[in-house]
Amino acid sequence: MCLAIPALVTALHDGAMASVSVGGIAKQISVALLEEVAVGDYVLLHVGYALHRVSEEEARRTLAMMAEAGLLQAEVADMAGLPERAGVGT
Amino acid sequence: MKYVDEFRDRDLARTLAAAIAAAVDPARDYNFMEFCGGHTHAIFRYGVQDLVPANVRFVHGPGCPVCILPARRLDDAIELAERHGVILCSYGDMLRVPGTGRRSLLKAKADGADVRMVYSTLDALDIARANPGREVVFLGIGFETTTPPSAVAIAQAQAEGIANFSVFCNHVLTPPAIRHILEAPEVDPSQAARLDGFLGPSHVSTVIGSRPYEFLAARYAKPVVIAGFEPLDVMQSVLMLIHQVNEGRVAVENQYTRVVTRDGNAKAQELVARIFELRPSFEWRGLGSVPESALAIRAKYAAFDAEKRFALSEKQSRETKSCECPAILRGVKKPKDCKLFGKACTPETPMGACMVSSEGACAAYWTYRRVETLAEMAAE
Amino acid sequence: MTTPPPDLSGAPDLSGTPDLSGTVDMSHGGGGRAMARLIRDIFLRHLANPLLDQGHDATRIDAGSGRIAVTTDAHVISPLFFPGGDIGSLAVHGTLNDLAMAGARPVALTAAFIIEEGFPLADLDRIAASMGQACRAAGVPVATGDTKVVERGKGDGVFITTSGIGVVPAGVDIGPRRLRPGQAILLSGPIGDHGIAILSKRQGLEFGTEIRSDSAALHRMVADMVAVVPGIAVLRDPTRGGLSATLNELTNAAGVGMLLDERAIPVRPEVAAACELLGLDPLNVANEGKLVCVCEPEDAGTLLAVMRDHAEGRDAALIGHVTVGQPGFVRMTTAIGGQRVVDWLSGEQLPRIC
Repeated sequence: MCLAIPALVTALHDGAMASVSVGGIAKQISVALLEEVAVGDYVLLHVGYALHRVSEEEARRTLAMMAEAGLLQAEVADMAGLPERAGVGT
Repeated sequence: MKYVDEFRDRDLARTLAAAIAAAVDPARDYNFMEFCGGHTHAIFRYGVQDLVPANVRFVHGPGCPVCILPARRLDDAIELAERHGVILCSYGDMLRVPGTGRRSLLKAKADGADVRMVYSTLDALDIARANPGREVVFLGIGFETTTPPSAVAIAQAQAEGIANFSVFCNHVLTPPAIRHILEAPEVDPSQAARLDGFLGPSHVSTVIGSRPYEFLAARYAKPVVIAGFEPLDVMQSVLMLIHQVNEGRVAVENQYTRVVTRDGNAKAQELVARIFELRPSFEWRGLGSVPESALAIRAKYAAFDAEKRFALSEKQSRETKSCECPAILRGVKKPKDCKLFGKACTPETPMGACMVSSEGACAAYWTYRRVETLAEMAAE
Repeated sequence: MTTPPPDLSGAPDLSGTPDLSGTVDMSHGGGGRAMARLIRDIFLRHLANPLLDQGHDATRIDAGSGRIAVTTDAHVISPLFFPGGDIGSLAVHGTLNDLAMAGARPVALTAAFIIEEGFPLADLDRIAASMGQACRAAGVPVATGDTKVVERGKGDGVFITTSGIGVVPAGVDIGPRRLRPGQAILLSGPIGDHGIAILSKRQGLEFGTEIRSDSAALHRMVADMVAVVPGIAVLRDPTRGGLSATLNELTNAAGVGMLLDERAIPVRPEVAAACELLGLDPLNVANEGKLVCVCEPEDAGTLLAVMRDHAEGRDAALIGHVTVGQPGFVRMTTAIGGQRVVDWLSGEQLPRIC
C-alpha cells in the first residue's frame, strides 16, 4: 500500500507548500508534515504530502550492501572451493 | 528517476538472487509474510518469485487499505453520496470496489451521485472552498501513511473556517493487525506457527518508525525486516530475513534506512494524535473485529467528522458470498483456492476487493501471474 | 466606388470578414443562413480543397486502382485542447493512422461535427484551423462534412466523427492471422505521451511541466516501411488501452504468445515519472502517434532504420518476439529479470494512491 515516490524540492513557498520535481515533472506539494526541509532535499511524496526526507547517504549505503552481498557470497563460495552459483531464473 | 531506477537494476538483482540462493538452507522452507500490498505488487510486477529459490515463499498479508475496508463502510460512503447529497471525494483506488450488492462509488456516480476522484486531501479542500453551498466529504482510507494528510486537511479546514468540509474516517493501524494475525488462534491456529518472519511495512514506517514492531520480535519471536517497495529492496530484505532465520536470531531490522528511522516522523505523529483517537475496535474485512486498530476523529473536531455530521442509516451490509477475500487477506488461502477466482471474479467483474485493488493478492495473481496460476489450478 | 445594391434575393449574406466573437446556437444547425455562414466562415475557410469545393451531397473521388481501405472513428475528448494537439488534429491523425495500419495510402477524409449549443465560435474556429493544418501537412483532404447542433447539456462541447478512405498497394497483406512464432515486434517510439498529456490537464493532477501528446500522422512512415518490406505481418497503433491492449488483441486473434523485454520498451523519463506518481503502468497508457510493427526477424533491422529516418519513428526499438508460448498471453521479462504477464487494462485507468 501507500504509493510514495522520491521528489526533489526545488522551491519553498508560504503555507508549508513547496515546488518539487518528480523525475522532471513539476508538482506543488505540502511540506506541512516535515520538521525541516531545504531546497535540494529529496523527500518521499505521498498523496501530495512530503512524509520524510530521503537520506542520500543511506541510499548509497543500501546499494553498496546489495553489491557487497554478491561479494560476500563469492568469497564464501571461494573459501568452500565451490563454483559461484548463478542467479536462479536468469 | 533517482532513488527508483537504481533499485530496479538487473545486474544488482542477479547479485542478490545469487546471494539468496547461496544463503538458503535447501532442507527447510522459508515462509515470509509481506504485510503490505505494496510489497505484493512489487513482487508480482517484477517477478521477484522468479529470482528466489522455490523454498522461499511469500505469504500475502492484509496491508491493502482498499481490501480490508468492510462492505459496511463502503455502503456508508455510497449512502453519503446518494442520500445526503454531498460531494464525495475519494482516492481513485476506492471507486471500483464493490460494496453490498456489488454497488460501487463509480456506479453511484453513473446514477447521478456527485463522486469526485481526488489525488490529495489538498484537492478535497479546494473543492470545499469552491463549493461553499455544498457539503464536501473526503473518504479517508489508508494506514499510518495516509492518515497524516487527512489530519492536515482537518487542521487546515479548522484554521480557515471551511465549515462545509468533513472526513469520513476509515484510517487503520498496522501493528494491531499484525498482532491480530499472530495472536488470534480462532482465526487460524496454524498461521502464526507457519510464518518465519515479516517483511515490515515500508511507507507506514516512515511515519511511525520501526520501534512499534519491536513487540513482534520480542513477544512472538518473529524476525521483522522493514523493507522498501522497490524490487531490490524486497530481495535484500528477504536475504536479511533468511540470515536471521538461519542464525536463529529474532530482531527488527531496517532495510529501508533511506526514509525509515527508529522513531519515524514525530511531527506527523503529533498531528495525528491531536486530531484522531483510537477506536475501541474496528471491523476489518478478513480479520474481523480488531481491538484498537483504527482511528476516529476526536470530539473536539466533531464538526469535521462525517460520521457525526450525517445520520448514517443502519444497513444489512453483506460481503459477496463465497468470496475468499477474508482468508486470502489473512494469508491462509491463495487466490487460486477461491471458487470465484478467474471465473465469476476477474478485474472486469470483481466480486471482492482483493481483485479490485492493484495491491490485492487476487489482482496480482490474475494480472501478473495468470499463466502459472492457471497451470497450477489445472494440475490440482 | 459604388455601394453594391442591397441583396433582395434572400440568399445568405456571405460577404465580409467572419465574426467569431459569439457562440454556437441552435440556428447554426438549422439548415438556414446561419448554418451556411458557419460552414463558410469556419469549415470552408480552413478546410477548403477541390474535393470539398464540389459542393455536392456526395463527393466523387478518383482513387486510382487497388483495394479500398475504409475506416471510421468517433472522437470525444476532454479537454478539447491539450499540449501537443486538440480534438481537430487528433481526429485527422487518428483516422489517417487507422488507414495506415492497413498499409493503405490515405486518399481522403470526411468529418462530421456534433456541436453543443453555447460552444464558443472562436474555439470551433481553432479546431477547424487545426484540422486544416493537419490535413495539409498530411496531404490528405477532407472531402465532405456535416454539422449538427445539439441543445446545451446534450453534448460535451464538440464531438467529431471522421471517416477515411485509402488504397492498399498490391502485395501488401497486413493482419493478425499472419503472426508466426519467431517474428520480431517493433515499436516506433516512447509510449504513454498522449494519455499522460491528457491526464495532466485534468483537475487535481496538473503538472507544472508540459508533457505533450504524441498525436501525429504515421502514413508517410508506413508508406516507406511497406515500400521496403511489403511483407510486414502486422501494423497497429496502440491507442486506447495502450501497448498492452494492442498486443493482447493480437495474441488473442492469432493464438500465439509474445515475450517482451521491459528494458527495451522506450518511455520518456517524464512520462515514467508521471506514471510512478499516479500509480499507472505506461503499458496501459494511450498513444496517438505510435505504431507496433510485427515482421520477420530478418527484416527488423531494415524496418527500424526506415522508421528512425522519420521524426515519428526516431526512437523506434525492437521490444520483443512472437512466441509459441502460451497462446493468447503476452509475457515480459521485467526490469530485474523476472517474468510477468502483460495484461489488458481493467476498466478505466484511475490514478491510485496505494
